[in-house]
Amino acid sequence: MPERGRPPDEQLSAAARPREMQFDAKGDTGAYRILPAGDTAIVIEFGDSIDRNLNSQVLALAHRLSQDPIEGLIEYVPTFRSLMLHYDPLALPASSLTAHIVKLMHDLQFRQISGRMWHLPVCYDTRVAPDLDRVASRTGLSPAQVVEAHSAVTYHVYMLGFLPGMAYLGDLPAALVLPRLLTPRLKVPAGSLAIATTMTCIIPLETPSGWHLIGRSPISLLRWRPHPEALLAAGDKVNFAPVSLDEYEQLSAQSASGKLNIMPVGEMTEGAP
Amino acid sequence: MIPTLRVVKPGLRTTIQDLGRPGYQRFGISVSGALDPVSLRAANALVGNPLGTGALEAAYVGPTLAVEAETVRLAFVGAHAAIEVLSDETALNGRKINPSRSIRLRRGESVRVSSLTRGAVLYIAVEGGFDIAPALGSVSTDTRGRFGGFHGRALRADDQLPLCNMRASDRDDYRFDELDVSPPRRLRVVLGPQRDYFSDGAIRDFFDGNFIVSTDSDRIGMRLKGPPIIQEGDAVFTSDGTATGSIQVTGNGQLIVLLPDRQTTGGYPKIATVISADLPALGRLSIGSQIAFEPVTIEDALALRRELLAVIAGIREKLMPIPRTGVEISARLRISNLISGVVDGRH
Repeated sequence: MPERGRPPDEQLSAAARPREMQFDAKGDTGAYRILPAGDTAIVIEFGDSIDRNLNSQVLALAHRLSQDPIEGLIEYVPTFRSLMLHYDPLALPASSLTAHIVKLMHDLQFRQISGRMWHLPVCYDTRVAPDLDRVASRTGLSPAQVVEAHSAVTYHVYMLGFLPGMAYLGDLPAALVLPRLLTPRLKVPAGSLAIATTMTCIIPLETPSGWHLIGRSPISLLRWRPHPEALLAAGDKVNFAPVSLDEYEQLSAQSASGKLNIMPVGEMTEGAP
Repeated sequence: MIPTLRVVKPGLRTTIQDLGRPGYQRFGISVSGALDPVSLRAANALVGNPLGTGALEAAYVGPTLAVEAETVRLAFVGAHAAIEVLSDETALNGRKINPSRSIRLRRGESVRVSSLTRGAVLYIAVEGGFDIAPALGSVSTDTRGRFGGFHGRALRADDQLPLCNMRASDRDDYRFDELDVSPPRRLRVVLGPQRDYFSDGAIRDFFDGNFIVSTDSDRIGMRLKGPPIIQEGDAVFTSDGTATGSIQVTGNGQLIVLLPDRQTTGGYPKIATVISADLPALGRLSIGSQIAFEPVTIEDALALRRELLAVIAGIREKLMPIPRTGVEISARLRISNLISGVVDGRH
């Protein structure tokens, strides 16, 4: 976890780095493309699907850039299958940035990555899980089986996006994969535990959403005190720990008063598929 | 007592914005910041602030603000608007002033900004700035993330906006005589990143088309009505990163140009990206405006970026002092307006 007393910028960048990323010497990268996104951003695209192997390459390159920052690079944004770089073209011409990436990609190896491991409390009680019964009937499982299947998996944080602190976690067990709702809800509550397609997430703020709501988490994905900080970073691993409605309410109260301090339980290394 | 501007009427979507908070997009945190960062800087230049100081960004309908400080210096840059200084907030008529100037107001006076024309946004800078703690290095309001600025939201009536200074300095007031912040008729773009999702015919349709800014546009994105731009193949697209100025193409071929409160990732292919030099102009486009796109190379875009930065670097040199005698004359006019205002108010 970031230490107190450091400037927020540093703390956030520290949180962004999957720690102790390890590389397998036998590894090699696949094909990639560098595409312009205007004159102040480029996209390094490894593929066009949601795929752990592609995401490992994205995170490996992000890690290299965070270790070895280049003047004029403003920020990098990992996504499922590409890394976006925002840069200042007057400090760092596109040609130099491209050459730098080609050099890094030349010896980038990514077979094994590790991220922080989190156990996040979630409540699957139907009183805070408006879609649990419907998900059960659509998947042919009992609600208890849905909960069991959902909480049995260690999820990978592919990327953050959509809302501040919101992490896209995958992959959902095949039995729970459902398309999004045909008609999105105009409002879902902050903390909603949601599933859609192969992804699951905790929705950090009240927002419109077409995902299925199967529970609620008391934790805040973006914390403001004592300093602003996103809880999760791309490359982290997440297990959901089921709690009762009573426990959920106690934890929510603690969270609201800033007394719920969720810490990573450790590092987790795993081979990329 | 804390010096403030009190919000009498909030306007349609008045938010505090500065130059945004880059650096946190990998946490899903939008960059935010002024839609038209050139007008923001110009407004700050008029009141002697660092150019990136947070100011009010009014959209479509301006606010009415009452001075609850000894004196305050404000400046207005952006769209055209009728700006009136009222002797008090209930006065029906006031002294009209032009945009692109600063003015010193006293306690009890109010300033009323009308509906905006020839542009979507108007910046109201205050000498010394607002006394608001930055969030992640910026006082910009993130309308999606609901943080930053004034309680993470647009202004409401009776909000008290805290000011850093109890009184305005003795500096002169200034105006700009030759500041072009008019909305554009065309935007220059670099093709891509998903240029190869589109046939040459679709690219031609994109550059030949005239597009109208649609009503469902906000600080997140500008939706355009126009000829459909059809993708090749099926419409499955895995989310990737976005930039301000990214031109997304939806499944039915409509365009969404992404603006500063955009999501950091998006699920539509992007046919082209507005160049950085044209982003301030993009932010000026109002609902109903007509726009066309013109292709440039990245090298052209870089040269245009240098030109824009040179304009920004020279912005203070364009300041024209407003003679003090003029201030005295307007003070007399203010007295006569005060009297007529009282009469109007009673009848």
